[in-house]
Amino acid sequence: MTWLVRNVDLVSGLLAEHVWLALVPVVVGLALALPLGWAATRVPRVRFALLSAAGLLYTVPSLALFVSLPVVLGTQILSPLNIVVALTLYTVALLVRTVADALDAAPPAVLTAATAMGYRPLRRFVAVELPLAVPVIVAGLRVASVSNISLVTVGSLIGIGGLGELFTLGFQRNFLTPLVVGLVGTLALALVVDAVLVLGGRLATPWVRAGVGT
Amino acid sequence: MILTDLVAWFADPENWSGPDGVPARLAEHLQYTALALLLACLVAIPLGALVGHTGRGAFLVVGTTNALRALPTLGVVIMVVLLTGIGLGPVLFALVVLAVPPVMAGTYAGIRAVDPMVVDAARGVGMREREVLLQVEFPNALPLILGGIRSATLQLVSTATIAAFVAFGGLGRYIIDGLSVRDFAEVLAGAMLVAALAIVLDLALAGVERLVVSDGIRAPRGRART
Repeated sequence: MTWLVRNVDLVSGLLAEHVWLALVPVVVGLALALPLGWAATRVPRVRFALLSAAGLLYTVPSLALFVSLPVVLGTQILSPLNIVVALTLYTVALLVRTVADALDAAPPAVLTAATAMGYRPLRRFVAVELPLAVPVIVAGLRVASVSNISLVTVGSLIGIGGLGELFTLGFQRNFLTPLVVGLVGTLALALVVDAVLVLGGRLATPWVRAGVGT
Repeated sequence: MILTDLVAWFADPENWSGPDGVPARLAEHLQYTALALLLACLVAIPLGALVGHTGRGAFLVVGTTNALRALPTLGVVIMVVLLTGIGLGPVLFALVVLAVPPVMAGTYAGIRAVDPMVVDAARGVGMREREVLLQVEFPNALPLILGGIRSATLQLVSTATIAAFVAFGGLGRYIIDGLSVRDFAEVLAGAMLVAALAIVLDLALAGVERLVVSDGIRAPRGRART
């Protein structure tokens, strides 16, 4: 406990780094996955290509991806950009499938009704299909953000790992306290982000609790 | 250029022999993965089957799986090592702990998802509970059990790589050692070997799935990131 008090600046700095390393990829990943997922529901061949690529990407272990990206991107091996891009790729790989499945699940009668009421395709997508897909997409976002928060710590092996840097610090000094602080901090961050997403999802879909809709 | 260095690294016969050669490191990596997977299955499949069959303790299975997703594997490995010392045993223990939840969750979900009418019919024709579990629920649950094993395998390949940080063998050694001496060709070679191993094992398990699962069963597949 005294260690934490003495090092509160270090820990809060690492926590802030951890938050943006983990969550920027979630935001960017969602922004990329929405159009890709939409395209996947329209063209079966695109769906097959995207889901195969996503499955393959998802198989690559995180440390291998972190250290391979500099060759592709031309970044420095110790650049935080590698972590952000790698986690964005994982997020997109996860969410493309989620978004495609969520859009597929919209009841055809609702879509026909929307079209009959004069919704053009783009507006129908934004105002009808997307809101209906929110609960499933939120479930995907929860998985993506929680696993990103955990994966950021692997970055500490290449020098940028948010709270994960406390693991390597603890190992080098053979000192358990920073390690425990890092573990508890990472788990707490995951819990908080998860709770915020659940709450946000509920606020965004009042009709689910009202029992209206599907 | 890094790519020519990479080709040179793979072409160098020195990297293909001895205790630090690719065959030896690959064998180590496979050994750790296989051993940890076997031990994890011995614990997780009976436990998951029991919970799935009786329906008791489901919160435990779901809870540990969700918690694991948030648990940083690097932190777990280092903690076990700090508490018990460096060695094959502690790291193997950490690997097993991390591989149990996906297998257990897959087994549990697979057994839960078996059509209750099928289970009822099995009891109706006079099968004992044990027979219901082993001859009816288990074969029906096989796709999801194997799905859990696939997730666990990816988790293990990935974590065994990270474990190189605590003086552990396997292909992760190239990444960690390469980073420490700034030999990026070695780092990249290690990354490619690890990625290739993960992909090949995943494809092999998909093949096993196709071979052992009964043709009468087609189940939705779920996978989780490790």
